[in-house]
Amino acid sequence: MGKYKMHILICSGAGCRASASELIQNKFELVLKAKGLENEVQVVTTACFGFCEKGPIVKILPDNTFYIEVKPEDAEEIIEEHIIKGRQVSRLLYAATINKEVVSNAQNSGLHKKQIRVALRNCGFIDPENIEEYIARDGYSALGKCFEMLPQTVVDVIKESGLRGRGGGGFPTGLKWEIASKYKADQKYVVCNADEGDPGAFMDRSILEGDPHSVLEAMAICAYSIGADQGIIYVRAEYPLAIERLKVAINQARQYGLLGNDILGSGFNFDVEMRYGAGAFVCGEETALIYSMEGLRGEPTIKPPFPTESGYKGKPTNVNNVETFANIPVIINKGAKWFSSIGTEKSKGTKVFALAGNINNVGLIEVPMGTTLREVIYEIGGGIKDGKKFKAVQTGGPSGGCLTEKHLDTPIDFDNLLAAGSMMGSGGMIVMDEDDCMVSMAKFYIEFSVEESCGKCTPCRIGNKRLYEILDKITKGEGTLNDLDLLRNLSGVIKDTSLCGLGQTSPNPVLSTLDNFYDEYIAHIVDHKCPAGRFKALLQYAINPELCVGCTLCAKNCPVNCISGERKKAHVIDFEKCIKCGACMDACKFNAISIQ
Amino acid sequence: MAKVKSLTDLKKIKENFQMKMDLIAKCDAPDSMFQVKIAMATCGIASGAKEVMNYFIEECSKRGILALVTQTGCMGYCYAEPTIEVTLPGEEPIVFGDVDLKRANEIIEKYIKNGELVDGIIPVNYNTID
Ligand SMILES: Cc1cc2nc3c(=O)[nH]c(=O)nc-3n(C[C@H](O)[C@H](O)[C@H](O)COP(=O)(O)O)c2cc1C
Ligand code: SF4
Ligand code: SF4
Repeated sequence: MGKYKMHILICSGAGCRASASELIQNKFELVLKAKGLENEVQVVTTACFGFCEKGPIVKILPDNTFYIEVKPEDAEEIIEEHIIKGRQVSRLLYAATINKEVVSNAQNSGLHKKQIRVALRNCGFIDPENIEEYIARDGYSALGKCFEMLPQTVVDVIKESGLRGRGGGGFPTGLKWEIASKYKADQKYVVCNADEGDPGAFMDRSILEGDPHSVLEAMAICAYSIGADQGIIYVRAEYPLAIERLKVAINQARQYGLLGNDILGSGFNFDVEMRYGAGAFVCGEETALIYSMEGLRGEPTIKPPFPTESGYKGKPTNVNNVETFANIPVIINKGAKWFSSIGTEKSKGTKVFALAGNINNVGLIEVPMGTTLREVIYEIGGGIKDGKKFKAVQTGGPSGGCLTEKHLDTPIDFDNLLAAGSMMGSGGMIVMDEDDCMVSMAKFYIEFSVEESCGKCTPCRIGNKRLYEILDKITKGEGTLNDLDLLRNLSGVIKDTSLCGLGQTSPNPVLSTLDNFYDEYIAHIVDHKCPAGRFKALLQYAINPELCVGCTLCAKNCPVNCISGERKKAHVIDFEKCIKCGACMDACKFNAISIQ
Repeated sequence: MAKVKSLTDLKKIKENFQMKMDLIAKCDAPDSMFQVKIAMATCGIASGAKEVMNYFIEECSKRGILALVTQTGCMGYCYAEPTIEVTLPGEEPIVFGDVDLKRANEIIEKYIKNGELVDGIIPVNYNTID
């Protein structure tokens, strides 16, 4: 590799930096210089290996040796032994497994590779606008393989794989296909739900942008197995790039004869068109989605009949999520057994999560079902930002709840998350640290549900609004203990009496924070304090008379004129009138104003 | 483009394409190609991936480097966008994060021309199925 014979990679991710990776780098460079090796061995920094618990991490190239918990004083030994004499320093190798050959080789070991990319197999690997790259990765061969099977056999394979819908509900996909295949009709539809409306979720968008053909191929497979010839992708208009890539993919597939009539000489016809959603969360609900596709208001309807019986234009319609579809070609190619060997007893395969919030490695990850939150947060996510303390993770977006410290070692799957008072949802994971206020988190999600409720049923439309008002009162320090009972009761009523999933799950963030962070509610109500220091309403701006020089700047900047004082004398803020805009604090050049 | 009429046709496309890529990847001749893949999903583009891609295309041709610059989807490292993957002939691909134009220049000058690594490497932390 060029002029250097060897490279020493040192992690400079936030986690490792906290444990002195810079010192280590300096030390390595010094030692190399002292030994006259600086022109043969180069030291470079890397981003996080996602294995911060064992940091700082040092990797040697080209032989891929992986050292953990390296200290500056180890530099000498590593260089002397490994670089010069070619002997690994075994005391620093990752020692959890017996086979050191494999373990020291980070490229092949399962060491820090908690992730398996199935649905994301091609994302970041192929050019999404080039169908040949997809074909080169076995693209469309699963479809070809299906044509050699009976439609019912295809359904059986999917059933046997144990795949469950990734759109939130976790309904067994094979069973859904079977139901759809049983209805007799002159026309059936396959719909791809790409409405992805959870705040903080971007899994489906990434799949559509990175691997659109996998979804098209899977839709064709579904159509073949249920006896449909028309596919529709319902995608939100806010995803212009995904739309663009889908259009390119559809056109290319048509040119190659992989969509259209007589696909691969099988006599099977299938084509796909697109519909755009205007970004209402409720339109992700399948019955509302179908209404919206028909040009009607996006309102859910009572099930049954399920779309599989009477969906788009009253015809049997199979609706699946983007990620669900992305798994299909792999299952066909690799077999149901292979797929069901990954995951837990009742949740098979992998799940894509969008890791967001106060975590170091914000990003898109895909892990086998059954991975623990601890692994996700500390071994993939690189831990909490700024070395803060973990507080909770919100999964399932506005329909879900929070998981806390005590859930860190729970294997993540559909049923465990439900049991923990949250849900899988579509895969958003928002990580919160000690500075996040859980009451405000609940309020944020309720506000979202208030805005997104379609208004069809009273408990959801009005109930959520009332929930919001109570939470708002509490965050302003005006709540009473009675409000907590009210929150619980009302939540129960909304859950029990709403028509669709939106209403039925909208109180979950409230219930789950009440269960897990009751103390924080009490602190807001009884002590009028936000333990996380988040709440503006519970804060007061104050001027420190010792630092104030009386320059009057703050008074001039205050929009409600609540600051008074004589020039060159300490000023005071009238708490009653203060609207907590923070303008004075920005204006003060002497740091005399603080929040208390 | 002739239509793909059977699984055999499909296999042919696959094999042709793989052969082409193998030629690019395996030969270690001095005039062999470098591959640069730019993660161009919404997250990447929002942090400037398009600019970086154009820069690579223009600069490589200006500096007489034979490079295959392509776009790809999200690699998952949103915290370090724009991210790119560079493959030197005969080498394992390497992913670089936080690639602005300055670092892009560094990557061309140091890594592509001389095989010297530069800071900001992202360790690939997942397995992809074949
Ligand atoms: C309020 C609400 C919003 C939903 N949003 C989505 C969505 O954005 N994407 C999605 O795939 N499913 C969404 N669903 C679930 C769909 O109704 C449906 O169950 C799913 O698309 C079925 O596909 P699957 O079995 O592959 O998961 C939502 C459900 C509800 C109640
Ligand atoms: S529960 Fe809410 S979103 Fe669902 S139908 Fe009723 S009002 Fe509309
Ligand atoms: S701006 Fe600062 S220093 Fe000036 S009067 Fe206000 S508090 Fe005092």
